[in-house]
Amino acid sequence: MSKKNLIDFVHISKTFDDTLVLDDLCLSVRENEFVTLLGPSGCGKTTTLRILGGFVTPDSGQVIFDGRDITHLPANKRNLNTVFQKYSLFPNMNVAENIAFGLKISGKSDAYIKDKIRYALKLVNLEGFEKRNPMSLSGGQQQRIAIARAIVNEPKVLLLDEPLGALDLKLRQDMQYELIRLKNELGITFIYVTHDQEEALTMSDTVVVMNQGYIQQMGTPEDIYNEPENAFVADFIGDSNILDGIMLKDKLVKILGVTFDCVDTGFGSNRPVDVVIRPEDVLLKKPGEGHLDGVVSHLIFKGVHYEMEVTANGFDWLVHSTSCHPVGTPVSLSVDPFNIQIMNKPESDDEKAVVLDE
Amino acid sequence: MVEKKSFLERFYVGIIFFLLYAPLMILTVCSFNASKSRMVWGGFTLDWYAALFRDAEVIQAFQNSLVLTTAAALIATLLGAMACIGLTAMSKKAQSAAATVTNIPLLNADIVTGIALMLLFVRFMNLGFSSLLVAHVTLTLPYVILSVMPKLKQTNKAAYEAALDLGATPVYAFFKIVLPEILPGILSGFLLAFTMSLDDFVITYFTKGPGINTISTMIYQQVRRGINPEMYALSTLLFLTILIILLVVNHISDRQAKRQEQLYKY
Amino acid sequence: MNRKWLSGPYLIWAAGFIILPLFLILYYGFTSEGGGFTLANISAIADPIHLTALWRSLYIAFFSTLICLFLAYPLAYILSKAPAKKSGILIMLFILPMWINFLLRTLALQMIVSNTGLLSSVLEFFGLKPLRIMNTTTAILIGMVYDYLPFMILPIYNALCKIDRDLIDAAYDLGASKATTFRKILLPLSLPGVLSGIIMVFIPGISEFVIADILGGSKVLLIGNVIEQEFSLSNNWHLGSGLSLVLMIFIFISMAVMNKYDKSGEGQMLW
Repeated sequence: MSKKNLIDFVHISKTFDDTLVLDDLCLSVRENEFVTLLGPSGCGKTTTLRILGGFVTPDSGQVIFDGRDITHLPANKRNLNTVFQKYSLFPNMNVAENIAFGLKISGKSDAYIKDKIRYALKLVNLEGFEKRNPMSLSGGQQQRIAIARAIVNEPKVLLLDEPLGALDLKLRQDMQYELIRLKNELGITFIYVTHDQEEALTMSDTVVVMNQGYIQQMGTPEDIYNEPENAFVADFIGDSNILDGIMLKDKLVKILGVTFDCVDTGFGSNRPVDVVIRPEDVLLKKPGEGHLDGVVSHLIFKGVHYEMEVTANGFDWLVHSTSCHPVGTPVSLSVDPFNIQIMNKPESDDEKAVVLDE
Repeated sequence: MVEKKSFLERFYVGIIFFLLYAPLMILTVCSFNASKSRMVWGGFTLDWYAALFRDAEVIQAFQNSLVLTTAAALIATLLGAMACIGLTAMSKKAQSAAATVTNIPLLNADIVTGIALMLLFVRFMNLGFSSLLVAHVTLTLPYVILSVMPKLKQTNKAAYEAALDLGATPVYAFFKIVLPEILPGILSGFLLAFTMSLDDFVITYFTKGPGINTISTMIYQQVRRGINPEMYALSTLLFLTILIILLVVNHISDRQAKRQEQLYKY
Repeated sequence: MNRKWLSGPYLIWAAGFIILPLFLILYYGFTSEGGGFTLANISAIADPIHLTALWRSLYIAFFSTLICLFLAYPLAYILSKAPAKKSGILIMLFILPMWINFLLRTLALQMIVSNTGLLSSVLEFFGLKPLRIMNTTTAILIGMVYDYLPFMILPIYNALCKIDRDLIDAAYDLGASKATTFRKILLPLSLPGVLSGIIMVFIPGISEFVIADILGGSKVLLIGNVIEQEFSLSNNWHLGSGLSLVLMIFIFISMAVMNKYDKSGEGQMLW
């Protein structure tokens, strides 16, 4: 990874009405990267994006873009474009006029603009929509026009603020593939804001998990999913069993009175820790053959797999399995050592696991 | 740069505010002026106010206005709310035809509406309090319908149907489910009807019988007769009343908005 | 019982007191005192006195609308930008005069513009020539602007407030300056408000007679005064009705013109 940093957020803080939204945030984005800011509402992800877009001025800190300090540069002077959450197409203009808006301002020739409109509409699969009224289009189509309107200006960075939030599930999945394709074709940096972990994992090169104004973890989707650094990340990304454990010594952890082998080291000895085990990593065996025995208490068919709750040693384990075990079946649970993820206990509120409505 | 601009903006807002309120302020000052002249300050007095409350003509006009406006607003609210409920059960075509008719008094010039009603009254009944009442109900009905109709369209049909599904009769379901939802619309319709009726001069002028005066027509007569500081006193009182009512309404709606906000939070 | 019957009383009321009176105006307008059909009441508008009055009405309505628009738009724009809480109180202050009886407002204005009024006295005090605008078209124009300004401010303010902040951000994002954003986004999107403001000022403006009565001192006649006098002084109801019909035609024309420009159709949809 020798690519240079395109954007640097340097010690950014922002307060709205006495609420600290961003606290000393530092974040770097490389050229041509697909970065997703992920977190629950109010975590500061949208504020981060709006600071970069130029709609919010931070209380302190700097935004460096392409080697230049743009902290106080107005939005209309920045070489980046935003795709807004509610699309924000201009209702008083048709599709072509919407797309031409930025180009006309930068004084491009009519022929160039016409060419660009056609190119952009082709790119978003809406050829022939020039004369349509944006308000007559479906949500997905409006979204594509909003993207087209942004990219014709050839920004170095495209900012996307929950662009798929208002679309239904199927359309959302289609648009995820579209966005990846677009990013590859355009070869520019995408900064994407969402609260949907699946979106983040599917599309990003780098996922930045945020909560309460702090970055909780930053890394590839695989890193974030497989090795969450704290209970918040573990809980927010996918389903997980988060248990209290005691690190007996390196590579040995005690959970619910049972000793498990693991692969983590460096946590000291006899230290309380949080343990994360993903539901698909819990293996079901015949009673007596695993680490601890329990009884299936809930069973739901989910299509790809069965989702079960197994009560064992006083804890309801979430288990995903392709084999079906009816409620009441005695089973034994076992976990491979490298699927046990050990984390330090949260030091502050923002690192704690959260209960989300979704 | 920014400072300069916001100063200019403030200055502009200030100027317009001054232009709107200066005449009213001068009126208020004159109502306390012992001298009848508008330009000479003859000392502070409450004489004009005292005279106002002794003036039988003023008191009669005030009573007329109050009775007329209250009655007209009540009748218009009842008729209008019933009309909205009935109209929503009708076909789209019938609804838009009714909408066009309802629009007529709103869009037509008051003078034409007033004359048209006068022609009718002179032909079929006498000009007097009853003709005034009919005219004011006609004048205020569109405002009631204008306030109630959107609320009625917004109501949750499913809730009404759920009530029927749970065994409520249509009438019971209406009073328990629909009415509470459209009540704010009915109330604001009533208030709007009240103010519109109270404020009306032109239609009243054409449809009132001789010898009957409302506040509006009485002021008109007085103004045409010449300067009368009693009218300044009356203006000041009315101005203060409206100011207080608006402040109270604003305060209530503010609190309501806050309560709603809290409801949404939890 | 059918729900539809509830609208019965209103429909009867509307037929009797909205539709029927209009037919009466038509009847009077097209008949002579003897009862026979005539167009004389309509063609009477060509009478120089009537024509001058009509022309003056249109002139005053047009310019008072124009002045109101130019005064109200910047004000509504500034107020709409203020923080929501402050903006609500401010707009209330500016539309408060709407709720004060307009005769009283006109009376208040009379004290200022009258020949012995405040304005003249202030000018005289500074050694300037006192203004003699009372009983002129100018006085009526000032009166109309003063009385109708709030009716222009409110719809424009509402239209501006309804515009999504994101649209303005989107325009900046695409490189637009503040001026361009105003010209291309704010102005076009606030047009429905401007149009309903124009209707609220222009329509009452052409039929105005009370302001002219008070500030024009019965010396400057508008078409509204002419019609009013046919009823209150001359007792020629047929002529009055005929001229009212002409006035109505002008109202319909201005409505039609507004409707043509109001593409969104928001201006007058009742429901």
